[in-house]
Amino acid sequence: MKVAYWPGCVSRGFTPELHGSMAKVAPLLDLELIELDRAACCGAGVIAEHNQELADTLNARTFALAQQTDGELMMNICSTCQGAQSECQERLDANTEYREHVNSTLEGEGLHYERGLTNKNFLWLLVEEIGLDTLASKVKRPLTNLRVGPFYGCYIVRPADRLGVDSEHPRDRYLHMVIEALGGTVIDYAGVYKCCGFPIVTMNKQASLTMAGRHLGDAIDAEADCLVVPCPLCHLNLDLQQPAAEKVVARELGMPVLHLPQLVGLALGLEPKELGMSKHVVRPTAVIDWTTTVVAAAAA
Amino acid sequence: MPDYTLRIRRFNPESGDAAHWEDHTVEMQSHSSVLEAILEVKAKVDGSIGIRCSCRAAICGSCGVRINGRPGLACNTHLSEAAARGAEGEPITVEPMGNMPVIKDLIVDMDAVHWKKIRRVTPWLINREPVPEREYIVPHENMVDVTQSMACIQCGACVSDCLSMEVDPFFIGPAALAKAYRFVGDPRDAEPYERLKDLSEDEHGIYDCTHCFNCIDACPKGVAPMSQIMRLRRIAGTDYEIEDRNNGHRHEQAFVKNIKRNGILHEADLLPDSYGGKLHPRAAPELIESMPTVIKAMARGKVTPAKALLHQHKAPAEVKQIFKTIEGRPKRDELNLYVTGVEDAEERGALEHASGNGEPTPPSAVAAAPPKPAPPAPAAGKPPAPAPAAGKPPAPAAAKPPAPPAPPPAPAADKSPTFPAPERLESPPADSANTESESE
Repeated sequence: MKVAYWPGCVSRGFTPELHGSMAKVAPLLDLELIELDRAACCGAGVIAEHNQELADTLNARTFALAQQTDGELMMNICSTCQGAQSECQERLDANTEYREHVNSTLEGEGLHYERGLTNKNFLWLLVEEIGLDTLASKVKRPLTNLRVGPFYGCYIVRPADRLGVDSEHPRDRYLHMVIEALGGTVIDYAGVYKCCGFPIVTMNKQASLTMAGRHLGDAIDAEADCLVVPCPLCHLNLDLQQPAAEKVVARELGMPVLHLPQLVGLALGLEPKELGMSKHVVRPTAVIDWTTTVVAAAAA
Repeated sequence: MPDYTLRIRRFNPESGDAAHWEDHTVEMQSHSSVLEAILEVKAKVDGSIGIRCSCRAAICGSCGVRINGRPGLACNTHLSEAAARGAEGEPITVEPMGNMPVIKDLIVDMDAVHWKKIRRVTPWLINREPVPEREYIVPHENMVDVTQSMACIQCGACVSDCLSMEVDPFFIGPAALAKAYRFVGDPRDAEPYERLKDLSEDEHGIYDCTHCFNCIDACPKGVAPMSQIMRLRRIAGTDYEIEDRNNGHRHEQAFVKNIKRNGILHEADLLPDSYGGKLHPRAAPELIESMPTVIKAMARGKVTPAKALLHQHKAPAEVKQIFKTIEGRPKRDELNLYVTGVEDAEERGALEHASGNGEPTPPSAVAAAPPKPAPPAPAAGKPPAPAPAAGKPPAPAAAKPPAPPAPPPAPAADKSPTFPAPERLESPPADSANTESESE
């Protein structure tokens, strides 16, 4: 399957292991990625907070670039991009006059956004396009006995109607379903659908890191080996900021946090190092030890 | 009739006993409400169950509870719908709302949290002077816009699940900030600037919201409190350029500048710029505090000095042009789907999942209408700050803009919530000149 691929900013910035692991995993899933390297930031809600038309126009340009490729749809690997882009797309698709007004700004570049683009996070694509049966059939190293806590983040599940979460598309259960399809054990804990706190880390650091620290602590109490996130911004607050969060919640944490493509990559047989797991601030020792045990057991 | 089991959380602080769950099975129609089931148990099994309720028609906002973990009104949640939310065969859990102390069982102390916060935002109209002899004439779009916040029935569902409030109980919160927008967005109000200044200077004000969207999904009346908070930020930051206590406006400006320059986010600049720039005295303590994080990120190879210092990505000229065009407009354009509705929603219903996005539900209060161009706005690029009005809350004396321009002669749509027609379009159709009057 060929897709127009929007990696977002952070996967090429402070979480380079996300972009790298996606590139390693894609061929194993027969995914051909056409990277939208000229597209601009989705605005992460902040540009829309400054000027809605600006955010809508930047994203309309990204959508138009995606529509110029021969990809079947557009795929992103960042929940925040999914949420911010879905919000802009909702406005663009709702009103022809507005859409054409936005398109008039793109005219100079010869771009035009046509209503009805399909833009899916890698998580949605795994379940809805590739399918859990196909995914399970490609597993080389089932995540047996690996206790994984899903952390969805906000932008990919809310608001439910905008993000198409319903009984037919239980997108708020997809991480659970993927972990199970890969052979892992799902750990439910209090933070599954909560906010990582990243959006207010510069505005109210105390509140932001209390959020991150509590969710990590809850996952430890539920005896998870690691968390998995479909959003690099959640990863920044839960992994990069974890030592700072430890101080705020006055508790030793040390909970590894994996990006979704890393978890999938592990199950598809890739090594922790080639998935960039050495780049995490909290060393995913439990996960690496688990990998070693499984490999050793298989060899024996 | 099917059986439904309710698992009700019981707690009586006066008893000294810990909270506990109690299961009660009722035989009721699937379209009966959770409230009817609770009242049935209360009438026939245990009269001591505490629940607050009145209208039973989703109007009074008394029966806010959490049903299977989600906040909402017990009176407008069907038993079948509640049962479907949980695992098959599992009881329907009913517990008191969150973020507020429990008085007894399902009754929370709304005075201690919710009403206190509502009072915090000066929840009344401060008349624009001179008060007209008859009614104020207000543009239709502006009135529809604030109708969304006015739909609030003060049930507290959004407060219950606000994730910022969960860690920062001082946060003014979604319900009260939606109420604040109801007046900031009202052209008849005399002091939108003072209101915004006040909410920006409170470090638990508009910039303490973490964008989690919980309040949007929680609200049984479609108020979308978070969208109202974003409107408050947009008007405070972009239109009035109000500096806040949380670096919120500076962060927004730093972010926009960053994307304008680099096309994609260059994170290494964002943090210092959000505090006013690398050399700003305000940035120093923050940067020192962040050093352990930065050093760790470098040690792990997440960030390299070259990557942090060099701007490897440059915004394409076309992106720069978009910024230039849009920031050069005399007035901000904004499309408010609550006002305009969604175009041919029925036809597009079929495409709902093909596009990967759900449709916004047109609010019941306003019929989906074709977009109407906003009435002409005053020429000023920046909305005028209102004239000083001494002695009126919530304006602190120091909050006055240094040289406030004169207020517009009449209430004007200087922050139109609708997409204003570009000049080249036809003049507004006759019906868009309709005005609505309202008295409170």
